[in-house]
Amino acid sequence: MLNDTQMPVWEVFCQSKTGKPYEHVGNVHASDSEMALQNARDVYSRRGSVVGIWVVPSKYIISSTPDDMGPFFDPGNDKIYRHPNFYKIPKGVNVDVH
Amino acid sequence: MSLLKENSNYNSLVEYCLRIADDRMILGQVLAESCGHLPMLEEDIAITNISLDLIGQATSFYEYSAELLGNGETADNLVFFRGEREFKNILLVEQDNSDFAYLIVKQFLFDSFDLLFMEALTKSQNEQFAAIAAKAYKESLYHFRHTKSWVIRLGDGTDESNSKINEALEFLWMYVGEMFEIDEVEESLIKENIAVNTNLFKEKWLTLINDTFKEATLSMPNINDFMQTGGRKGRHTECLGHILAEMQYIPRAYPTANW
Repeated sequence: MLNDTQMPVWEVFCQSKTGKPYEHVGNVHASDSEMALQNARDVYSRRGSVVGIWVVPSKYIISSTPDDMGPFFDPGNDKIYRHPNFYKIPKGVNVDVH
Repeated sequence: MSLLKENSNYNSLVEYCLRIADDRMILGQVLAESCGHLPMLEEDIAITNISLDLIGQATSFYEYSAELLGNGETADNLVFFRGEREFKNILLVEQDNSDFAYLIVKQFLFDSFDLLFMEALTKSQNEQFAAIAAKAYKESLYHFRHTKSWVIRLGDGTDESNSKINEALEFLWMYVGEMFEIDEVEESLIKENIAVNTNLFKEKWLTLINDTFKEATLSMPNINDFMQTGGRKGRHTECLGHILAEMQYIPRAYPTANW
């Protein structure tokens, strides 16, 4: 098991425009949250439009695994009665269908 | 290349503009030397970012200087074809990056000053200066935040990091006085509200760095200690020769080359 001696890892999420969702762009090493925020800004915002940054220690991100995909997500696709397909959406209303 | 003083348009304004430009160009260049050598990748990117910001600012001031000088003068000429005696940067910015502590303390002392300097320069009666300063001020805010965090982290870190920061601070302190020197060149421009009167924020600067040193568990040195001088008159330390040799080598070896 390789030991990372470069300080803890933080995952970085950037927002390209106010109101938009934050997107995962990568990670940085840092010893504390202030350094993580600055490093994230230096590494991930120098070439594009970024208006907001979130940093989270990687250990606090709990993720589903590829093995979970079947049991977690497949059943939902069969149950059409859960999908909002039977409503007429008025013109001009923007709806994100999840 | 003719010497600057032979240019008929050379005056106090040009001299002042070059001083500001040279400070940032040399500091940017020395910071760039650390590229690839810093403790971790992210710090490498952060420091070279700061270096680029400074070189960008220097470029604006050099281009304005070239404009003022006319007679075919260019920013490139000013950077690559002046000798040591014609560079007017303060001595602090030439100092070696002996180790990370030296690099950070040197940068911190400059950034804390630069923050207040650029803020004041935005109020200059010279529109060009004010415009460049408006952009530079935002950058210096960020630079200061970065180096201040490191001074605190290293000062209030381990015994080893604390002693290294102390050593760097003890060595570099004798170069801070020069940041507040005002000679006849600047006096005349201050009267016209073009140049910044650095005396006006000296106390504020001392408080600013003292606050950081306190948090970093470092002792505040004495501002009345003996201070090095000479940069503004073209009298430099042995460091500048090496810096210019590296920086100017290619244009001097291939003067007609183009990108």
